Amino acid sequence: MAEIAIKKKRPKNLDLPTIRLPLPGILSILHRISGAVLFLLLPVLLWLFQQSLASPESYASAKAVMDNFLVKTVLWGLIWLYMHHFCAGIRYLLLDLHKGIDLESARLSSKIVFAVSIALTLVIGVKVIC
Amino acid sequence: MLNRIVVGAGYGLKDWIIQRATAIIMAVYTLIILVVLGALAPSTYEAWRAVFANGFMQFMTFLFFMSLFYHVWIGVRDIWMDYVKPDGLRLVLEIATAAALVGYAGWAAKILWRL
Repeated sequence: MAEIAIKKKRPKNLDLPTIRLPLPGILSILHRISGAVLFLLLPVLLWLFQQSLASPESYASAKAVMDNFLVKTVLWGLIWLYMHHFCAGIRYLLLDLHKGIDLESARLSSKIVFAVSIALTLVIGVKVIC
Repeated sequence: MLNRIVVGAGYGLKDWIIQRATAIIMAVYTLIILVVLGALAPSTYEAWRAVFANGFMQFMTFLFFMSLFYHVWIGVRDIWMDYVKPDGLRLVLEIATAAALVGYAGWAAKILWRL
């Protein structure tokens, strides 16, 4: 019965520093962190998008803003965060459909997410930033 | 019969579905914009503006933004619910998040409307 299952006492270990997070766990917390960071930077990204489209002058100034080592580094980071959230999100959609829920495939798919998101970041970053 | 413990009006199924539906819309848009920008490689203001002034892309970009803001609402609200325990503070953060997102929606519409 559902009620009994919920009340059953189970051993707990929530001592965070001693937990070695497996790759799917790292993927999961990065999914949350990337979402939060992208949310916090939304006003900056919207402003940049607005500047790029408002007029030829503002387009030029938006380009000038991007021509800076620090801004470029942040952009690389943002592209990776977006691509990680995108790839990990697709993995979660597949898990929702019960595709690849056994331990071995879940570990493999998290490796694929890291590989694909980093590859996409490199391809897009080189095109957009360099 | 299932011995369910009923705790409220719903189990969050609606939000769960919307979070995934908006995710799919944004994923499709991401692929579209990557293909479009990859193919056209706009390097001037005129070319860049033309991408988003195109009727289809304007529609899709607007849809992307609206999906994004609803998706963000569910995700960020989940973060507040997980880590912020005092009810008052959580309520303030949730209202601030919702207010910001409604404002962003208006802002995004304004950016696209003028093209």
